[in-house]
Amino acid sequence: MATANPAMVTGLFRRIRRYPTTYIGFAIVFLFLLIALFGPMLAPYTYTQQNLAARLQPPSDDHVFGTDQFGRDIYSRILYGSRDVLVVAGSGTALAVFFGLLLGLFSGYRGGMFDEIVMRLMDVILSIPPLLLAMVILFSLGPSRVNVIIVVGFLYIPMVARVVRSVVLELKTRQFVEAARLRGESSLYVLYKEILPNVLPPLAVEASMRFSYSIFLVASLGFLGLGVQPPSPDWGLMVGEARTWFHQARWVLYFPAGAIAVLVVGVGFMSDGLRRMLLPGGASDA
Amino acid sequence: MPDHDAVLNVENLTVTYNTEKGPLDTVRNVSLKIAPGEIYGLVGESGSGKTTLARAVVRYLPANGLISGGAIHLSGTDLLNLPKAEMRRIWGARVTMVHQDPNASINPSMLIGEQIAEVVRAHLNLSKKEAMARAVEMLKKVRMPDPEAVANRYAHQLSGGMLQRVLIATAIATNPEFLIMDEPTTALDVTTEAVILDLIHELMEEYNTAVLFITHNLGVVARICDRIGVLYAGEIMEEGSIRQVFKDRLHPYTRGLLGCVPRVDASRKDIALSAIPGFIPRPDELPDGCVFGPRCDFVEEACRAERPPLVDAARGHQTACRRWELMKGKAEEAREIREDGGTEELGHVVLEARNIKKYFPFTGGFGPLLKGKRPVVKAVDDISVRMRSSFTMGIVGESGCGKTTLARCIAGLEEATSGEIELEGKKLSYSVTSRPREILKKIQMVFQNPDASLNPQHPAGDSVARPLILLRNMSKKQVRERVAELFEAVSLPADYIDRLPHELSGGEKQRVAIARAFAADPALMICDEPISSLDVSVQASLMNLLTDLQDSKGTSYLFISHDLAAVRHISDWIAVVYLGRLWEIGSAEDVFVPPYHPYTEALLSAIPIPDPEIKQDRIRLKGSVPSAMDIPSGCRFHTRCPRKIGEICEREEPPWRDRPDGHRICCHIPIEELEALQGEGLLKKAGVGGDK
Repeated sequence: MATANPAMVTGLFRRIRRYPTTYIGFAIVFLFLLIALFGPMLAPYTYTQQNLAARLQPPSDDHVFGTDQFGRDIYSRILYGSRDVLVVAGSGTALAVFFGLLLGLFSGYRGGMFDEIVMRLMDVILSIPPLLLAMVILFSLGPSRVNVIIVVGFLYIPMVARVVRSVVLELKTRQFVEAARLRGESSLYVLYKEILPNVLPPLAVEASMRFSYSIFLVASLGFLGLGVQPPSPDWGLMVGEARTWFHQARWVLYFPAGAIAVLVVGVGFMSDGLRRMLLPGGASDA
Repeated sequence: MPDHDAVLNVENLTVTYNTEKGPLDTVRNVSLKIAPGEIYGLVGESGSGKTTLARAVVRYLPANGLISGGAIHLSGTDLLNLPKAEMRRIWGARVTMVHQDPNASINPSMLIGEQIAEVVRAHLNLSKKEAMARAVEMLKKVRMPDPEAVANRYAHQLSGGMLQRVLIATAIATNPEFLIMDEPTTALDVTTEAVILDLIHELMEEYNTAVLFITHNLGVVARICDRIGVLYAGEIMEEGSIRQVFKDRLHPYTRGLLGCVPRVDASRKDIALSAIPGFIPRPDELPDGCVFGPRCDFVEEACRAERPPLVDAARGHQTACRRWELMKGKAEEAREIREDGGTEELGHVVLEARNIKKYFPFTGGFGPLLKGKRPVVKAVDDISVRMRSSFTMGIVGESGCGKTTLARCIAGLEEATSGEIELEGKKLSYSVTSRPREILKKIQMVFQNPDASLNPQHPAGDSVARPLILLRNMSKKQVRERVAELFEAVSLPADYIDRLPHELSGGEKQRVAIARAFAADPALMICDEPISSLDVSVQASLMNLLTDLQDSKGTSYLFISHDLAAVRHISDWIAVVYLGRLWEIGSAEDVFVPPYHPYTEALLSAIPIPDPEIKQDRIRLKGSVPSAMDIPSGCRFHTRCPRKIGEICEREEPPWRDRPDGHRICCHIPIEELEALQGEGLLKKAGVGGDK
C-alpha cells in the first residue's frame, strides 16, 4: 500500500476537481455536522412534543416532513437525531480506530507468537456476522447508547487492526527502519517516530470507511430496537417504528430512511475522496 | 519526401503532453532514420524523453500525449495520416516492442506458447495449430533450451533471461519491419545480459529488422548498436555511427556521459570520474538557447542566444553544439588524471569476518517438506573477509549470490548462522539489537533504494541529526552545526536540511543517506548497491563523493555491486562471490587481469564496455544460477564453468591457490595453467588482439 506524501496534498484541489463526488461527499458530511451542532436550535418543535390531534399529517407548511403516529414533527426529530447518529457512530469508530491502531502496530511490528494470537482472535471476531454478534452482546449488556458505542467499536477493531498491520509489515522492511535499527533505536521509538507517521494516511482512509459502516450499523441496531430507546429520535428507530404506519403515511418512513441513506453515501464519497488524496496510486483495495 | 531506403523515417517530430501546467513539448524537432537491419541506439539520462519518443514514432502515446508536428513514415506509409483502426493492424504486425520488465509483459496465467500464438494468429491468419507450431519455431529461434516444453509452461516457471527470450520471440514472430526495444536487458544480470545481447544482434542480422534500442547503458550501445542518437531534454544532441560518436564525442553532453562511466581497465587511483553538474531541465523550465547550456563547460554567451541546430560534422555524424570544432581530436583529454592519493602503508584491521554462514529455513511450498528433511537455503556458506582502515572491499556477483546477505550479517540486520565477526579486535554478537552503542556507531550502512532509505515524513536534516543525538550525545546546538557540516560534506545546499524526501531527487536522497551514515562517524560503512538505481552522471558524482569522504575520514567501505566497472573503480580489493562462497579475492588490479578464476573471467567478458575500440573475448555462461537450496557437488560452479576440466570438478571441492600479494583463486586448475589458458586477457584494443 502506498503511503502519502505531503506533495500529494498540494495537488489536492486539482484532484478533487477531477472527482466531483469528493466535493459532494465533503459537503454532505459538513452539512450533517452543522445540523448536529445547530439543528436543535433550528427545529420548530422539540423531538418529544406530541400533538395527537395532528397524527400522521402529510408534509405541509407547519410540518415540512409531516408528522408521525404521535403527531410529532418528523423534521424536528431528524434534526435532533443527527446528533445521536454522529455521536454514537463517531465514538464507536474512534474506539475501533484507537484499539485497532494499537493492536495493528504492535502485532505487525513484533510479529511471531504475539502477532499470531492477536490476528487469530481478530479472525474469530470477523467470522461471526456483525449484526448477530451485536445483537448477542446487546441482549446481554442491555440496550443503551454507551453499549451501542462499545459494540460498534468492538466489531470494527479487527478491520482497522488488519489494515494497520499490513501497512506496518510493509514499512518495517523499508530501509529507513533498518537504518534506525542500525543506530540502536528502541522499538518504541521506531514505532512512534518512524512507522506511525506513515500509517496515519491509510488509517485516515480506513477510519472514514469504518465511519460510514458504523452509521449503518447504528441505524440497523436502532431499527431492531437494540439501540437507543424510544422516545429518542434515532433514525434507525424511527424507521423501525414507521413500519407499522407505512401504508397510511409513507413520509414517516421516507424521511428518516432518506437521511440515513444520504449521510452514508456522503461519508462513502468522502472516504473515496480521502483515498484519492492521501493514497495516490496503488490503493484500489476494499 | 519519404526516404524509401529507411524503414523508419521521422522528420521534425514534436510531441506535446497536455498537463496540469498546460501543454508541454517533451520531444522537440527530432528527426531520425533507421535502415533495415540497423540497430539504432537511443541513449540519455532518465527524463530525457527516450520512451516518449519511441512511443510517439509508432503513435502509441497515452491519452494526454499528442504529436504536434512533423512526419513519420514506416516503409513509405505515412503513419500520422492513418486512421486508428489501420494503426491497430500495424501494431503487433509491422511494429513490435520489447519492454524492460518481462514479468509485467507476460500474462502469468497463460501458457507461453499460447501467448506467442495469440499474437501470430491475430496478424498472420494462421490456424490454431499452425500458430502453435510457429510459436515453438520462434522459441527455437531465440535458442530457448527445450522449446516444446517451454511452450507448455507458465511465466513463473522461467528465469528472467528466459522470459526476455520469450518476449523477443513474440516480437519477431510476425516478421516486423520495425522493432522497439526499451531497456530490454536492464533488469538482467550481466552474464544473462551478454547472452541476450548476442542473441539480439544475431537475430536482427538474420531478419533484417530495423531496431530502435533504448538504453541508458553506453556499454550496451557500444556492443550491439550500429548508430547512436544522444537525447537530452527531448532533443537530439549528437548522432552518428558508434565509432564516430564514441571516438570524436562532438557534443559536450556525450563527452560528459562518457566521462561519467567507470572503466574496467582503470581505478580511482588513476582517474576521477567527471560528473556532469546540475540536472536535466524539466520540459516546463527549459533554458533559452542550447538546452544543455547551463550544465556545459564549453558554454559561451552566443550559446544562450538561440537553440543551436544539428550540423553535419562529418558524413552521417551530426552534433547540436555550436563549438564542436573545438572538441575535435580531443577525446582522450576529457578525463582528469587523479593525483595519487592512495596511501600505500596498510591501515589497522577494522573488520575480520571468519567463516560466516547464513542458512535460511525454506518456508514456501509443500513439495520439499514432504520428502522429510527440512531444506535450507544456503545464502552465505562459509565466507571470510578482512578489511583494513581507509580501504574499500568490493564484492561482486550475480543477483542471488549472497552478497547482500553477507553484508546484512556483518551489519547485524540478519543473524548469521555461524562464524565470527570481529570489529577492531572486539567480537560482535550476531544481532544488531544486542550490540552496544559504541559498536553500533562504528558500522553504518547505505542502502540501494534511495526512495525507501529516508522516512518520507521526516525532513532530511532530522534523518541526519538523529544518529548525532542518539550515538554521540550532542547538544542541540552542536547537532545543528554538525548537520550543516555534513550537508556541506555531501555537497548539498544548507536549505535542503528542512526539505522532505519527496522534494529531493534520487541522487540527493542518496547523499542525505550518506550524510546520515557518516553522522555516526563509522569505521566501516556498508554500501549495498548504493548507486545502482541512479543515472550515470549521478553515479559518478556519488562515487567521487565516497572517494573524497574516505580520503578525509579514513572510513572503510564494503562496497556491494553487480556493476563490475563501478566496483573496479572504487575498490582496493575485490571479492568474487558465487552461490554463497568466495572464488577469488585480491587487489583490484590482480583480480581484473589474468590469471583469474573462470567465473571472474566470464563476468569480465560479459561487461558491456563503452568503447567500441575494445574487443572482448566472448565467454558466455550457460543456463542460470542453480538454486541455493540445491547446491551442486564439488565445485559449485562446475554446472556452468566454461573451463571445467573433468570429473574432479563435480566430485571434489577445489583448493585455494595463492598468488603473490594475497591474490587467491579457488579452482582445480593450477595457477600456471590458468595463466597459459587465459593469455594476455580479455580486453584487447582493436588491431592488437584478434578481431572477430
